Amino acid sequence: MLKRILTARETILAAAILALLVLIAVRFPAFVAPSNLIAVFNDTSPLMLLALGQMIVILTKCIDLSVAANLALTGMCVAMLNIMMPGLPVAVIIVIAVALGTLMGMINGLLVWKLDIPPIVVTLGTMTIFRGIIFLISNGKWVNAHEMSPAFKAFPRAELLGLPMMSWVAILVILAFFVLMTRTSLGRAVYAVGGNPHAAVYTGIDVGRTKFTAYTISGALAGLTGYLWVSRYAVAYVDIAGGFELDTVAAAVIGGVSIAGGVGSVFGAVLGALFLGVIKNALPVVNISPFWQLAISGSAIIVAVAFNAQANRTKGRVILKQAEAAA
Amino acid sequence: MSTSSTHHIPDTLVSPLTKRLKSWESLLLVVAVAIFIANCFASPYFLNAWNLSDATFNFTEKAMIAFAMALLIIAGDIDLSVASIIALASTAMGAAVQAGVGTPGLVAIGLATGLAAGAFNGVLVTRLALPSIVVTIGTMSLFRGIAYIVLGDQAYRGYPESFAFFGQGYVFWVISFEFVLFAVLAVIYGVLLHKTNFGRSVYAIGNNPTGALFSGIRVQRVRFVLFLLTGLMSGVAAICLTSRLGSTRPSIGFGWELEVVTMVVLGGVSILGGSGSIPGVVIAAFVMGMVTFGLGLLNVPGIVMSIVIGALLIGVIALPRLWSKLRWGG
Repeated sequence: MLKRILTARETILAAAILALLVLIAVRFPAFVAPSNLIAVFNDTSPLMLLALGQMIVILTKCIDLSVAANLALTGMCVAMLNIMMPGLPVAVIIVIAVALGTLMGMINGLLVWKLDIPPIVVTLGTMTIFRGIIFLISNGKWVNAHEMSPAFKAFPRAELLGLPMMSWVAILVILAFFVLMTRTSLGRAVYAVGGNPHAAVYTGIDVGRTKFTAYTISGALAGLTGYLWVSRYAVAYVDIAGGFELDTVAAAVIGGVSIAGGVGSVFGAVLGALFLGVIKNALPVVNISPFWQLAISGSAIIVAVAFNAQANRTKGRVILKQAEAAA
Repeated sequence: MSTSSTHHIPDTLVSPLTKRLKSWESLLLVVAVAIFIANCFASPYFLNAWNLSDATFNFTEKAMIAFAMALLIIAGDIDLSVASIIALASTAMGAAVQAGVGTPGLVAIGLATGLAAGAFNGVLVTRLALPSIVVTIGTMSLFRGIAYIVLGDQAYRGYPESFAFFGQGYVFWVISFEFVLFAVLAVIYGVLLHKTNFGRSVYAIGNNPTGALFSGIRVQRVRFVLFLLTGLMSGVAAICLTSRLGSTRPSIGFGWELEVVTMVVLGGVSILGGSGSIPGVVIAAFVMGMVTFGLGLLNVPGIVMSIVIGALLIGVIALPRLWSKLRWGG
């Protein structure tokens, strides 16, 4: 039992993050000050939210490359809505953002479920379509900070018990996801579909519908993050979160989620996101050009996936020992 | 990925002619002709030899990569790092220019960088047995990341005049060097895929890797060669594109992997591997080039074209499936 906990992916990753923090703290103690750690966590919140959505989709043997475009489109929609109706309460805006994101997730899910189109093709396609739609509705213009209402911008920054709301949203979603994945039949179904689709069918699980649900959840999270992103950075334009879909895949893969489906945990994905978040926030502190970030996350993906493959490699069973010996 | 497939056993023999008429390639050809005619009516500037020649630049470089990518996808793999290989190769050539390397040296460096990047992907996929999609998502960030580390927000310029020939030169009247290269490569890849043992083994691996292994095909070696070829073609495309633009920025060719994959899938190559043809990819290249060019003449902005490309990608796969569902009461 103890050995299992010590060799678990989550433990190794947590140790790696701690080691990273210690390494940085030796030269730059200010980086590990509580206020800065909170800032790092808060800054990583969008990545954690999207990584969870990406995780549930990857668990079902699919992939969602449209999350960042979904985020950007939802963000632009709510930002423009805010200009048109500045009086709209933030709660309503959040509901609309989640609904929009859900809708886009459902489109992905339907194409995968009903038409059986390979997930990577579907989401590569919807990724460009969503980005294109942002351009169409905004005419390529930016929505800037002064055009947004104060309440719209205030929500993610508002503090509760010393933590910004954005962090609270991330914490709540992580907890909800933990319950969803470990305590509900949907969570079991997701693992079953990814682990062995054929067996899942025989146990009465609708594989297509489960994938659809996974995409819907991923879309909903992307929508929620879309509002948080746009309101926190107080700007919306066509290219926000460009390429962020790869970071979400990276976070999931680093967190031990197997791209072949069926293997991965909520805390793994969260730690994977935090690992990338710490690196990203540490680069400027240790005086490395931010241009290094892309190459570092790329290398992290490759190392992580190589690590996953080594860990999951099951040795073939010798069933014909005698025959082998004879030959 | 879907594993379900339905086999309809025909109750009458299908003649080769009807089979050919009903094929994806002929359907695509009809679409291509229709787009050509629509373009003629839509803009008075379309039917002009020089304009049409210009239009070929919209797809020649991407199509060069698409040929190799088609083989890779038929064999059941994918390479999403091709656009980043362009950036890496272009950066390497740019750095060489600053060191005073001449045109032959630049070409060699571009090709070698492409090959090296392809070999890197190939080793990770075949030696470490990693899924190609994640590996190339990783190298996609890594290769472009290296370009960003080297260049930052700078650009390399000052390419020698003779280097401009690859992207801007004309072989004969309106026939550009790139178009000739595209045509030659189309023939080479067509022969390679459809007329050689290597091509047969590519199909075999895509349909059943285990079966291919047991029929004596060196599966890992073939897959490795396919990654090498894709890297090499990205290097070729990098030479053409860099020569055409005359400068290197780290964002060069950004998002091209999507267009290349779209071109391959539009050409009738199954994304699940096992089937597809080079003539299909050639026609798909023309279709995509003409759509982009036609929309460009109508002053449609580039990002709206990407909606069309995205819709094409999903549509070409969705429509046949929707059709067969309706027909068989799916």
